[in-house]
Amino acid sequence: MDFLSATAPPAREHTSRPIVTGTSVLGLKYDGGVMLAADTLCSYGTMAKYKNTRRLKSIDGVLMGAGGEYSDFQAIQDMLEADALENECMSGLYDSQERNAKETWNYLRAVMYNRRNKMKPLWNDLVIAGLDEKKEPFLGWVDKIGTTFQENLVATGFGSYLAIPLLREKYRADMQEGEARALLEDCMRILFYRDCRASNRIQIAKVDAAGDILISDPYELDTQWDSEAFRAPVADLDGDGGW
Amino acid sequence: MASSGSGYDLSSSTFSPDGRIFQVEYATKAVEHAGTAIGILCSDGVVLGVQKPLLHKLLVSSFSQRIYTVASNCGVAMTGFVPDGRQVVTRGMEEAATFVENYGSSIPPSILADRIATYVHYFTLHGALRPFGASVMIAGYDEETKKPSLSMVDPNGVAYSYYGCAAGKGRQPAKTELEKLELHKTPITCDEAVKQICRIIHVLWDESKDKPFELEVSWLSEKTGWKHKGVPKEVLAQATAWAKEQLEEEDDDEEEGEEGMEE
Repeated sequence: MDFLSATAPPAREHTSRPIVTGTSVLGLKYDGGVMLAADTLCSYGTMAKYKNTRRLKSIDGVLMGAGGEYSDFQAIQDMLEADALENECMSGLYDSQERNAKETWNYLRAVMYNRRNKMKPLWNDLVIAGLDEKKEPFLGWVDKIGTTFQENLVATGFGSYLAIPLLREKYRADMQEGEARALLEDCMRILFYRDCRASNRIQIAKVDAAGDILISDPYELDTQWDSEAFRAPVADLDGDGGW
Repeated sequence: MASSGSGYDLSSSTFSPDGRIFQVEYATKAVEHAGTAIGILCSDGVVLGVQKPLLHKLLVSSFSQRIYTVASNCGVAMTGFVPDGRQVVTRGMEEAATFVENYGSSIPPSILADRIATYVHYFTLHGALRPFGASVMIAGYDEETKKPSLSMVDPNGVAYSYYGCAAGKGRQPAKTELEKLELHKTPITCDEAVKQICRIIHVLWDESKDKPFELEVSWLSEKTGWKHKGVPKEVLAQATAWAKEQLEEEDDDEEEGEEGMEE
């Protein structure tokens, strides 16, 4: 009964590890907007448990995506919706001043950094997309320790290793929406091939120049498994020489 | 009705020998000195209106808000001692936010009214606290029953549901006017209610005696997506113009009517 006595060590209050996790989220600015991509899988360790989750979400005119612990992302969504409600109540009967994406990004920075300092991080990497206070396209990144930056292309998780080099290679400031989408789909396909915790069922979301947000329904990417190296894996050996 | 409390009116936690709590009655009197507030439950929603007397010529009129959105589906209007009213409204916002946090859906207006009433009542039974000198009207849309509703909470902490209600300085004549509309038998539309509220407020206003005022009117209806919003300024301007026309016609009728008495 040690935990009941006054001399017991205090109950552990720091986050240890994530349990239900989402993998990469990709973000890309194009000519006249911002686009995000993420798959709909949440893994339970090595198990692909929840295959139809929503890792892209729009709250109060701001689009965001999250990798990492899914329950923490849900908590962040609740927090932002409560903030949006408070903002609506306090901004008078006529002008409802929506937060712009930059404000939300900053608010999340404060939240994430604060939690990190208490050793209770919200275990997420967040991508925030929308318009800033000047109505320009905005793309920002906040991670579980409160690091933030703004960029033309961002990725979380495995995406930062596999997708960023591809995005950097193909990125142009005057990319059209169709090109951006094709590029993101290509990266998501490669992530599915190479990231063990990824799936090919993805969603694409965009914010256009007017600030309107559209999140697509999930759809499956076509994949090819007939590459030569896959069918005849090892040179000069019968069979795959594997163990 | 100035009955002296004579010793039983010093604290909310004291009853008088004839069973009254004077502090609560005095709080109600505070409401009776303030601008008139009117609420009307309509066939297609709810409309709230509060008259804000402009105390000084130099006052920027639209600053002192009396009607607030407390939840996506509820609005609250208050009259009486304004800071007290603000406190009650803020509590309403907290109740609504906590309800969403706990249950995931918007607070039904009947529950909100109940929570606000409980809060207001709490201040009527503590010796260390004074009652709120404000009445609040709660307009809301219940997403389950799909019905709009209107309630009013008085300083004594009781909440009633109304077809039409009034509080503040002109509440007696306002109630008479509302009864003439027979809202319990044939409800009117929100558009009509905005006009009627403007008319009633202008009927009560005496140019020679009362200060100029600003009228704050809000509604929630199917057209607003059941969200509580301020009535658009143009609609309000039209309603006010209509109200003033009606008043002039009534004045003309009064002059003519003196000659031939009707049934």
